[in-house]
Amino acid sequence: MKKIDLNVDVHHLTRIEGHGNIKIAVENGKIKDARWDVVETPRFFEVMLKDKHYTSAGILAARICGICSISHCLASLLATEQAFGVTVPEDAKKIRMIAKHGEMLQSHVLHLLFLVAPDFFEEPSVIPLVERTPEVITIARRLKLFANRLCDAIAGRTTHPVSLQVGGVTAVPSQKELIGFRDELEQIINDLQKVAALFATLQMPDFVRETEFVSLKGEAEYPAMGGKIMTSDGIVRLDKEYKDVTNEYVDANNTSKWTKLSRESYAVGALARFNNNYSLLHPEAVKVAEMFGLKPVCHNPFMNNVAQLVESFHSAYEIMRLIDEVTAGRIKNTMAEFKPTAGEGVGIVEAPRGILFHHYKYDGNGRIEKANCVVPSTQNNANIHYDMKSLVEKFAVKGMTDEKLELLSSMLVRSYDPCLSCSVH
Amino acid sequence: MEYLGIKPNKPKVAVFDFSGCEGCELQLVNKEDTLIDFLSAIDLRGWREASSVINDDYDIALIEGSITRDDEIKRLEKIRSHAKVLVALGSCACFGGVNQMKNVFDLKKANQEVYGDKPKETAKVKAVKDVVKVDLEIPGCPISKAEVESIIRHLAWGMPFSYPVYPVCVECKQRFTTCMFEKGLMCLGPITMAGCNAPCPAGGLGCWGCRGPAKDPNYESFFAIARERGFSTAEVNERLNFFGGFQEVNAK
Ligand code: SF4
Ligand code: SF4
Ligand code: SF4
Repeated sequence: MKKIDLNVDVHHLTRIEGHGNIKIAVENGKIKDARWDVVETPRFFEVMLKDKHYTSAGILAARICGICSISHCLASLLATEQAFGVTVPEDAKKIRMIAKHGEMLQSHVLHLLFLVAPDFFEEPSVIPLVERTPEVITIARRLKLFANRLCDAIAGRTTHPVSLQVGGVTAVPSQKELIGFRDELEQIINDLQKVAALFATLQMPDFVRETEFVSLKGEAEYPAMGGKIMTSDGIVRLDKEYKDVTNEYVDANNTSKWTKLSRESYAVGALARFNNNYSLLHPEAVKVAEMFGLKPVCHNPFMNNVAQLVESFHSAYEIMRLIDEVTAGRIKNTMAEFKPTAGEGVGIVEAPRGILFHHYKYDGNGRIEKANCVVPSTQNNANIHYDMKSLVEKFAVKGMTDEKLELLSSMLVRSYDPCLSCSVH
Repeated sequence: MEYLGIKPNKPKVAVFDFSGCEGCELQLVNKEDTLIDFLSAIDLRGWREASSVINDDYDIALIEGSITRDDEIKRLEKIRSHAKVLVALGSCACFGGVNQMKNVFDLKKANQEVYGDKPKETAKVKAVKDVVKVDLEIPGCPISKAEVESIIRHLAWGMPFSYPVYPVCVECKQRFTTCMFEKGLMCLGPITMAGCNAPCPAGGLGCWGCRGPAKDPNYESFFAIARERGFSTAEVNERLNFFGGFQEVNAK
């Protein structure tokens, strides 16, 4: 047999959010090392949230992540509202949900077209694609611009929202503005079809490692905010019991914590939501899944890219439905009256990269006594690490160049769309 | 981008991220309508979040994030030695940002709270200027992309750039936003540097001072207004400390 020696050492992987390293060493066909390590600096958000007044908790929480700041803000608000026993008015809930779907669309498009696509075109970044496939870039810009403008209008700003506040929302776009967005959706869905056609020509690596998928459990709708937690291994838990799911622990080589439940690791994100809540997807989103032969339960992490595409369609149709509902009548009250009380709350949101938990304990004066945040990418890091080993076992030990293995392992990490500064927070 | 048939210099730019949320970097790929113009106005030499091309030959280094671990100091010093112009991008880089709120806590205890008995390396949060010389500061949490574009244009044409000398209130009035103080809410707009187009008062939040002080702010009269409207010294100081831009002052 041919002697197989491999070495991959990626220090600060590119085209992902935050700092992480890949290390693979194969000697004589034997795996000596296959690691994914997150080395991002900790910022200690749980500590900084201490003693914060509820009016500033959401503002601070948003700064955990620049890409999914709306999700962090919403999870923070939900935690506070549960602690205070606030019932948010229906109209405000819908407006928040539009922002939520806007963020999902923005984040998925950013990942698929700006960060993932260059790998398939064998380019180092999206910039050469401006010349090579100008049409794709025009579409990418249009989709992202739409989602960003929508979030700006709904939340006051896409990165670090301003009008999402405890009790509801403090600013609402005009009917005319909302209908304007509604009118653009036809073009947006058309654009998404073209993205789907592009991705249909790309070959996702054929790699499977069975794992457990964790997400919110949708009841009447595909899950987005609040509710029970479920896993593909058959576990269902209440929001208050989230720690029984996440089981965070500290790994010596990682500043991100690791999590596990029924197996050595679990996965969250678009593919987890898809696997656990397939029947609740919009029919047009299901059609896209079928186009790719994507069915639950899929254990190929590279298909998370396709699941994101499927969800982009779902979000576009949901934005359409929500705008229709909000503009059908007159928007009434968007802010609940409440008084801060002592108590605890758990806010759960399906952020673009997966299920996100904020858990606060309040004193009687509206200030946080204790905070805990369990972030999507935190929950994926152990899973990526164990995938890495399996990937090397399946592909590399049969023979592969260092360069090919570096690309494949980098693509594996990117398919999770990891947000590392967020995972460490 | 030509003017009177003269080509501007294409500055060699590299982007680096330290401790932050990467929201400022994200702004650089936002404003999609001018993205292509923006990218063609610069010669992008390195940007880990967006590209696998990393090149040490650059003129302008854009630094995002605050400095909070010793290895970051070494990385930053190396970048400084390569760059002709070093720009602090965003409030984390300019003043430590929200991250500097960690500094009032005992670091050992903070570490224990998050990592239990397996602490991770960390240090007090510093702004970029506390570690190396900074040539230009672009504050904001996040930065305003329109402002960054304007700054890059100025640099490309070799023209000096200057920030607005007026506070956020001026932009707020231009947008016909109802004043937060009239709604009984606090706002740092009167002492904060404009340039963001006042999104936070418009969204009903009020200004939290993420861009730091306006030119020659009249702190005394601001504190007097806040007092008059019933806001305590502690409340005002809490707001001033949020993004780290007002370290020069404290209400008494
Ligand atoms: S200044 Fe704000 S937006 Fe920019 S990196 Fe820091 S926290 Fe993020
Ligand atoms: S809301 Fe704030 S920024 Fe606007 S005018 Fe009033 S004090 Fe000034
Ligand atoms: S209004 Fe104030 S807090 Fe908001 S972006 Fe402007 S300076 Fe920052």
